[in-house]
Amino acid sequence: MSDSPTATAEDRAVRNRILRQAGSISLAVSPFAAAFGIICAEAGFELIEAIGFSALVFGGSAQFASATVLADGGAVAAAVTAGALLNLRSLAFGVVMAPALRGPIWWRALVSQLMIDESTAVGSGQTELRWQRYGYLAGGLGVFVLWNISTILGYTVLGSAGDLVTTYGIDATIPASFIALLWPKIHDPQQRILMVLGAGIAILGAPFLPAGVPIVASALAVLVFRPWRSE
Amino acid sequence: MSDPLLTVLVLAGISYAFKSAGPLLLGGDSDLPAWVDRLALLLPAPLLAALVANSTFIEDRAWNIDARVVGLIVAALALWRKLPFVIVVLLAAVATALTRQLVGG
Repeated sequence: MSDSPTATAEDRAVRNRILRQAGSISLAVSPFAAAFGIICAEAGFELIEAIGFSALVFGGSAQFASATVLADGGAVAAAVTAGALLNLRSLAFGVVMAPALRGPIWWRALVSQLMIDESTAVGSGQTELRWQRYGYLAGGLGVFVLWNISTILGYTVLGSAGDLVTTYGIDATIPASFIALLWPKIHDPQQRILMVLGAGIAILGAPFLPAGVPIVASALAVLVFRPWRSE
Repeated sequence: MSDPLLTVLVLAGISYAFKSAGPLLLGGDSDLPAWVDRLALLLPAPLLAALVANSTFIEDRAWNIDARVVGLIVAALALWRKLPFVIVVLLAAVATALTRQLVGG
């Protein structure tokens, strides 16, 4: 990531563009992390547990799913399964980014923690491998720092507000955040069917299944599209 | 050990295995089995939709309609109008709060 002595004006222009992309995407996810901090505070988690989710798990929707299951009184197994299913996609991201992340094994082990939607988006949006690497690191580090700061702010400032959460509709920020994540997929008919099935399973299953299980069970919707068959 | 802490540790381990498999194991020119790709593409939609439904229509494992529904509708309208994330979330909160003021939901 350092300036080589041969850095040209063009290099600097590319680098600035990538930094702007990384900066705006990091700011954009901050309210989501704040909402996550609120969930944790509402659920009675310790601050260190909220930070544990944001720093160690570090994967937006997986953290939400997992914390929501626990907050609803679900078992650890259900919470882990819901989170793990949502993080499965980072396996695919890793394959996409692997060529740009070559280096010593300790370095690859370290930067892998930053493998999230945003770092992959900024990284894979660049053409040359060295800029993909730069974009991945800039996006990943930017989001990591702001994500954790916002989690702490959400937990401490907003989470301690008690009744204010319902008075000011702060609880409504959670479904709003989820639907915002979901929105880009809504134009695809196959994805829409999956959404309807997933929501249906969650709603119909809630009174009859242990807490958290309906969310995990919504993953069964994918069976409609027979993912095991080869195309 | 508390449930949240145990969840964090186990989920962090699994997530890290997913995240690091590509960079650690692949030289950069291999591919995942096709079914992993397809699952990764299909899974987020039903799970996120389940989370939307769960955080809007369910309270203590029972069906429940309250002011959050208004917030969700407003959020959907804001997204449809292509408003930024922060605005979407703020509008949902304001709409829910106003509904509670007006009808006490």
